[in-house]
Amino acid sequence: MADIRDTARVYGRVLRAQVRSQWQYRTSMVLEILGSMVVNGLDIATVFVLFSVTGALGGFTGTEVLLMAALSAASFTVADLVAGSADKLREYVRSGLFDSLLLRPLSALLQLAVITFALRRIGRAVQGVVLYIVALCVADIPWTVERALFAAIVPISGAVFFASLFIGGATVAFWWVESGEVANAFTYGGRDFTSYPSTMYGGWFRDLFTLGIGFGFVAYFPSLVLLGKPDPLGLPTAVAWGSPLVAVVAACVATAFWRFGVRHYRSTGS
Amino acid sequence: MIISARGLRKEFTVSRKVGRFRRERHVVSAVDGVDLTVERGELLGYIGPNGAGKSTTLKMLTGVLTPSAGEVSVCGLEPVAKRTTLARRIGVVFGQRSQLWWDLPLEESFSLLRHIYRVPEGDHAARLKQCTDLLGLDEFQRTPVRQLSLGQRMRGELTAALLHGPEVLFLDEPTIGLDVLSKQAVRTFLADVDKRGDNTVVLTTHDLADIEKLCRRLVVIDHGRVVHDGTLDELHARYRSRRTIVADLDNPWPEGLTLPGAVVTAVEADARRVTLTLDGMAAGEVVAALAQAVSLRDLSVQEPDIEDVVARLYRDES
Ligand SMILES: Nc1ncnc2c1ncn2[C@@H]1O[C@H](COP(=O)(O)OP(=O)(O)O)[C@@H](O)[C@H]1O
Ligand SMILES: [Mg+2]
Repeated sequence: MADIRDTARVYGRVLRAQVRSQWQYRTSMVLEILGSMVVNGLDIATVFVLFSVTGALGGFTGTEVLLMAALSAASFTVADLVAGSADKLREYVRSGLFDSLLLRPLSALLQLAVITFALRRIGRAVQGVVLYIVALCVADIPWTVERALFAAIVPISGAVFFASLFIGGATVAFWWVESGEVANAFTYGGRDFTSYPSTMYGGWFRDLFTLGIGFGFVAYFPSLVLLGKPDPLGLPTAVAWGSPLVAVVAACVATAFWRFGVRHYRSTGS
Repeated sequence: MIISARGLRKEFTVSRKVGRFRRERHVVSAVDGVDLTVERGELLGYIGPNGAGKSTTLKMLTGVLTPSAGEVSVCGLEPVAKRTTLARRIGVVFGQRSQLWWDLPLEESFSLLRHIYRVPEGDHAARLKQCTDLLGLDEFQRTPVRQLSLGQRMRGELTAALLHGPEVLFLDEPTIGLDVLSKQAVRTFLADVDKRGDNTVVLTTHDLADIEKLCRRLVVIDHGRVVHDGTLDELHARYRSRRTIVADLDNPWPEGLTLPGAVVTAVEADARRVTLTLDGMAAGEVVAALAQAVSLRDLSVQEPDIEDVVARLYRDES
């Protein structure tokens, strides 16, 4: 346990050094943070306007849909803050700079997260979390202790789920440096998918994304649990309570894939 | 034996565009069956021409690359499987890759590394002082790394690689591109590291002065294979037969004349000066044969220098 704390401290130090480096360019960073908060603020305003106009969507009321959208936003923006720069791996692989991560006595994945950490994303993450809290307040939730705990856990597990996607997508670079935005299409597509109730979609597409890939366990199923509603699509409520476990599975798959990828790292001739 | 490699190989599949759409894949054997053992405290010069496979070998020894085949052990550990454990016990400088934090003062990199490697404060201070004295880091410790000259940065890299007291030091072209003074400083520093004998050092270099000054043992590789493993003297001895004889003659060299055990490599000065490269035969026999064939005015036997030896070695093997 003491060892884990020491290790965490080491990463903390490296992270602070990273932030200190970025702080040298603080004017542009502050502008970026403000800029992205404005853009994201507009996004949020759109969501509100959308729900006040159309109200119900896919069989859910406006505040219920808002809860799903907000949970998705909180999960995604927090994941984006922590792992959203994972696609920078491409540059590290292409240039061979990834070598230097492998030469240190630390996890290469955590180092990547730390050195590509983009402080400018912090604004959006804060907004995402605030939106979620607001949505929890306005939604009609039959509060219990279990639900309160669940409400605290699911944005974290949703973030873990998205972070796993970011990492899995980035790992492709070990084989395919030109992968470009393919992986991002997946993660950003996932964010958009999870922003709306799964009942809005139809057919095999819905089943594949909701259950097959597990996007339903980010915002849709957890929101049903919080709202105390059964799933119109028929997933047992007990399974919906297990949503955080899906994130654990996703994280395991992503790290296994990452390890496999690192062994295929080719470096560059020098 | 602190490093051992048996039948070490690394293949890269590279694809090349042919025509507009078609891609052709072929396999490059960067390292093609290298056997290598290094004893504790040795300083090994790992040399070879560009593209010989030096860096690729070092990357497999340090756990960066997974070998395609073969066995490797460094400090008794399998590098890829035990990467992070091994990382604490080795120090690495790749000439073209920095271990330092680009935007931070050099001294901050050092203090971060102290935490990353969990070096006790006292040990860290002692090692840092030693490096500072030997490499003259004082003048630029507070300068952000991106503003350092290459020579200054390399001194920083060497220090960074040594601060955690590694058992083995891997240096990939540490003098490449440096100015004369920095080269000298790095060389003197490495000679000192070698003299203290605490570290095993594997050094790749192109610089023959590095080799002459530092490496008692040389492993020469070419096309991914070891072509020589021994001392510098043995390398000389092996190629001593390639001494040259330069003879000045009274009469022009008869065209087409050949001598057993030697090859005519140049005929100059109105055919009155001939250069013969010895090929396996002792110099005396060739001189005797030469004296019989032509009328000699003057004669000298020239020893190859290291530069020639290595250049020839590269040429022969390719
Ligand atoms: N990542 C890579 N992908 C493809 N080919 C590579 C890669 N790394 C090295 N090579 C090839 O392997 C050979 C050996 O390279 P390297 O070990 O860097 O040589 P050296 O360090 O001796 O100059 C070269 O032909 C080089 O082009
Ligand atoms: Mg090289």
